[in-house]
Amino acid sequence: MKTAQFVVMDPVGLHARPAALFVKLASKFSSDITICNLSTSGKWTNAKSILGLLACGVKQGDQVEVRAEGTDETMAVEALEKLVVSNFTEGVA
Amino acid sequence: MKKLIGLPAASGIALGPAFIYNRGILYAERYHIDDVNQEFEKLESALKQAEADLAALTQRAREQVGEVEAEIFEAHAAMMRDPELQGRVRALVEEQKVNIGFAWQDAVQFFAKTLRDVDDEYLSARAADVEDVGQRVLSLLLGKPLHSSKPEAPSIIVADELTPADTILFDRASILAYCTQGGGPTSHVAILSKAQGVPCIVGAGAELATIANGTFLVVDGSSGVILVDPNLQIREDYETRAGSRLHLQQEAIKNANLPAETLDKKRVEVVANVGSHKDAVEAIQYGAEGIGLLRTEFLFLDRSSAPDEAEQVEAYSAIFKEIGSSKPIVVRTLDIGGDKPAAYLNMPKEDNPFLGLRGIRLSLRFQQLFESQLRALLLAGAGYDLRIMFPMVSTLDEISQAREIFERSRLALAAEGRAYSEKVQLGIMVEVPSAAIMANVLADFVDFFSIGTNDLSQYTLAAERTSADVAYLADPFQPAVIGLIRLVIEAAHNKGKWVGVCGELAGEPLATPLLLGLQLDEFSASPKLIPELKQTIRSFSSKEALDIAQEAMRLPNAREVREYLETILKKAEHGK
Repeated sequence: MKTAQFVVMDPVGLHARPAALFVKLASKFSSDITICNLSTSGKWTNAKSILGLLACGVKQGDQVEVRAEGTDETMAVEALEKLVVSNFTEGVA
Repeated sequence: MKKLIGLPAASGIALGPAFIYNRGILYAERYHIDDVNQEFEKLESALKQAEADLAALTQRAREQVGEVEAEIFEAHAAMMRDPELQGRVRALVEEQKVNIGFAWQDAVQFFAKTLRDVDDEYLSARAADVEDVGQRVLSLLLGKPLHSSKPEAPSIIVADELTPADTILFDRASILAYCTQGGGPTSHVAILSKAQGVPCIVGAGAELATIANGTFLVVDGSSGVILVDPNLQIREDYETRAGSRLHLQQEAIKNANLPAETLDKKRVEVVANVGSHKDAVEAIQYGAEGIGLLRTEFLFLDRSSAPDEAEQVEAYSAIFKEIGSSKPIVVRTLDIGGDKPAAYLNMPKEDNPFLGLRGIRLSLRFQQLFESQLRALLLAGAGYDLRIMFPMVSTLDEISQAREIFERSRLALAAEGRAYSEKVQLGIMVEVPSAAIMANVLADFVDFFSIGTNDLSQYTLAAERTSADVAYLADPFQPAVIGLIRLVIEAAHNKGKWVGVCGELAGEPLATPLLLGLQLDEFSASPKLIPELKQTIRSFSSKEALDIAQEAMRLPNAREVREYLETILKKAEHGK
């Protein structure tokens, strides 16, 4: 299992477009990927689900943890972290 | 007889039975099942059917309404297959042996509630989306129709609100008019009805809910008046008015290609507001003498990266070609803001996007984007009568900066040796009161002004036009707004510059004699409104119009201005 923790700096948090991009990217990997908003609930949810992610209510400044388990777990965690840390510009045209 | 007054959103008179539109909410009863797989098969076939229905709706919306509505249905299709939602449904069925309809409903409600509980406007709207798509699938699982019903005979649709998913279902032939309790003149239904040419009244208030299904109504979309169960004489009176209006409309369409000149042969320009290639084709059909407002947002919104120069040139060229080289084409540069953000710009979230980074302010911030648009316009405009205007200008500085960037783009193209439009008029939209007040100074730095009356009204009255509670204030017939329009026209004419109006006011028949009297040079309206607009212009002399404008400007409030102009228009119609 691979994990990473990071802070979401995008002004809208993980809502709207950032959330859609996150789910889209997560869905490209075969690993099981989950995400947790450490700043609030601490509940884990499927990172490939837009509804689950939205319900996490990740706002600007919140710290999240991403876990991946599967054959491409390292790539998955790295790619998702890069997406969030770059404020959703990396990997997006 | 009861009389209700709402906000006029699309003009025209309609008489007929009320059709009370309810979004019927479906419920699934809970019962025990034995064969789990059979339930899953039911769900799969319902989801497949819902996907096909949504694909058809997406297609229909894209053709008839627009890209934004189309994407709503696409998002619904994605939500339906969400793994968390599916997982919850399956777990419920497997663990509790309940019927699929109940499990689906339960899971949908769970996510809708979770999203609502986060206390965030955006997530509440997503909750409504989940419920919407939830009902769609549930109706298939239950074998019950999704919406309570659709009108069989031509009717006046009465509803609390009408969403894109509601209106797309109606058959155009069965709609006489729309009346809604909430909303403002820029709500979805208001814009749709104008495009369809159907009378519409919004913001009619809670009393609208007291109207019983089938009650006879008279709806006057120009004044916002709804008459409930009027007596025979009043009905006949309105029927005559509706009849003569219809006659006038047919007459107007026949004469659509005649010039718009007053009885004493003073000519004004009547051009079209256009937001796509399809609109441009329609504009020419309805007798437009050019384009007075080409909205370019269609190229920039709802995508993940900005269009490049080549893509823009291609899109502009296709539209310019429809209009032809002898007619004026006024293009508005990108006009977006925080309320309709472009995903790729990473725009800051603002508490008050209408007073924020939008229009020219945004273009000056994202100069590369601005320059690429100016270059593309110059390239596509070679050989055309191209005019470019900047939206949301509030100071002279902004004009100077925009002109500088324009000049830079032009010189770059010249240095590259490419063919571009050499004689381009540069103008600004007047939407901000500061620009209107400073018009006499700004006139020295532009070739023309185009007044955007929708925004000018909301900024002058400090009333957001999307807020149901205060939208009634953002009325272009407010004396303060008319005063500013006069100021701008006079200032421009003193410097030999021309002025157009490209807001909804230009296509509003009530305003035609007033704007003529104020010496407006150019009227720019939705294509379908053009024949009637030209016809109305032909029914006044410039002297009459001048007197009407002077009288209207003496009146102290919007209500009296409207009432006065209504009597003028009625007289003009009866005179025919």
